[in-house]
Amino acid sequence: MIRIENVSLRHGKTQILHDISLTIAKGGITALVGPNGAGKSSLLSLIARLQPLQAGRITVDGFHVDATPNRDLARILAILRQDSIFTSRLRVRELVSFGRFPHGRGRLTPADYAIIDQSLQQFDLTDLADRFIETLSGGQRQRALVAMAFAQETDYLLLDEPLNNLDMYFARELMRSLRRIADENGKTIVIVLHDINQAGAHADRIVALKSGRIVADGAPCDLLTPKTLQAIFGFEMRVETVDDTPVVLHFR
Amino acid sequence: MSERRLLFLAGAALLCIVAFMTIGLRGNIGFVLALRATKLAALLQVSVSIAISTVIFQTVTNNRILTPSIMGLDALYLFGQMLLVFLLGGLGYAALDAQLKFGGEIVVLMALATGLLSPMLRRRAEMGLMLLAGIIFGILFRSLHSLLARLVDPNDFAVVQGASFANFNDVRTDLLAFASILTIAGIVIAWRARHVLDVIALGADTATGLGISWSRTVTGLLLLVSALVAVSTALVGPVAFFGLLVVALAERVVDTRSHAALMPAAVLTAVIILVGGQTLFQHALGSSSTLGVVIEFVGGLAFLVLLVFGSRK
Repeated sequence: MIRIENVSLRHGKTQILHDISLTIAKGGITALVGPNGAGKSSLLSLIARLQPLQAGRITVDGFHVDATPNRDLARILAILRQDSIFTSRLRVRELVSFGRFPHGRGRLTPADYAIIDQSLQQFDLTDLADRFIETLSGGQRQRALVAMAFAQETDYLLLDEPLNNLDMYFARELMRSLRRIADENGKTIVIVLHDINQAGAHADRIVALKSGRIVADGAPCDLLTPKTLQAIFGFEMRVETVDDTPVVLHFR
Repeated sequence: MSERRLLFLAGAALLCIVAFMTIGLRGNIGFVLALRATKLAALLQVSVSIAISTVIFQTVTNNRILTPSIMGLDALYLFGQMLLVFLLGGLGYAALDAQLKFGGEIVVLMALATGLLSPMLRRRAEMGLMLLAGIIFGILFRSLHSLLARLVDPNDFAVVQGASFANFNDVRTDLLAFASILTIAGIVIAWRARHVLDVIALGADTATGLGISWSRTVTGLLLLVSALVAVSTALVGPVAFFGLLVVALAERVVDTRSHAALMPAAVLTAVIILVGGQTLFQHALGSSSTLGVVIEFVGGLAFLVLLVFGSRK
């Protein structure tokens, strides 16, 4: 369980998060949505202790993120950020094998190699395993990063806009893979999404942020209504239900 | 693949060492061998400390063009020397216990370098900014150095002057024993950190996500870098571009950025250039004192090439 209590964050004079409290139960996919600058990514990086906590408390499975040794936390929680820098001359397999670092500090056992192969397979990367990262397309690179986070074998997986750069096919594949590992491996996934329909189709719960505050929280079919969406994004949009899934028509 | 290339490098380095020890042996062989062995020990230590410190520094800054000396670390060391002469006078400086002084200097250098650099490294600053800041640091310390040089007594100046230029021919053998403890400790720490360094190279966010305490680790690595820079600067004086040349060459030989291969390759390349070059200049070209100049010239060219054509991404 991720428990966020009274968390606020400011950069200089700008208040980014206002007194956020949120509990995310173990298991399932929780999508964070909201307009640009709502504080979704900041909240995610606070949970992943990439930024120091200024006010409030965050615990993951009872561990305080700012007081638990980093190494222990890396075995509970994995994070994938939007813009990851790469060293050159790094192969896909090597990148994915870094996911095992928190477990063996760089020493790879046969069990580790099995997990690495499984991650590569899970995200359709087996054919690309020996390619250099810099020769991949944006979408392939994104999948390699998700595979690395998956190889970390943590109970919690935090993903910051993983669908960036992905075409429709791979966006769907990635979301389906995430759904599968949430259902079969019992992972807890928190994901920042811009595509509201992906959230509607795959998430169990949607939390909407606006200007640093939580403005809506609930199951997709409860939350994706014209009224709530207007409150979040500030414009009117039609919502139709197709095969029991709400579809938001926000294109025109 | 990279194992075979490492073996090849090791063979070449060994050949250079044997040539250095044996070519042109005459007279009292025992005496000559002992003399050469101490010099060899110094050259090996310089190779190790420059190669390892440069590799680590480039990984931490995520930058192929920076070296500790381009960031002004050795200028800082020299400024410290000059400050001591200024405060104590040439006689007082000369009367200081060499090893005690060396130990003190290393501690001060480590503290200053970490204090100055770690704020910048907390978040990896942009390369242009780092380079500029480093050059400005370098100029600042060199200017302070020359300001003090104008203020001290000319006799005192002569005492430090010897330390201000790279000289591979006239190494400080009196510091050898003390420096070798540091060098060996440096090798052990760097080797044990090889996997951590691979992760550090992925950037602050990814490394933190993988369980690295970024600022603590980076500060520790910077302390190691400054200790190693102090070793090489104390033994032979400042060398600006040697580290850059060595790491750029080593990276092309082993064709990987994995530290388990890159660090040994860089050390071996440094040994080949320093010991081999010294042998060549001493016996074939008859002017051993110019090696420093040639290395800096070639290293400077490598710097320009990397700057203009960019390192292979």
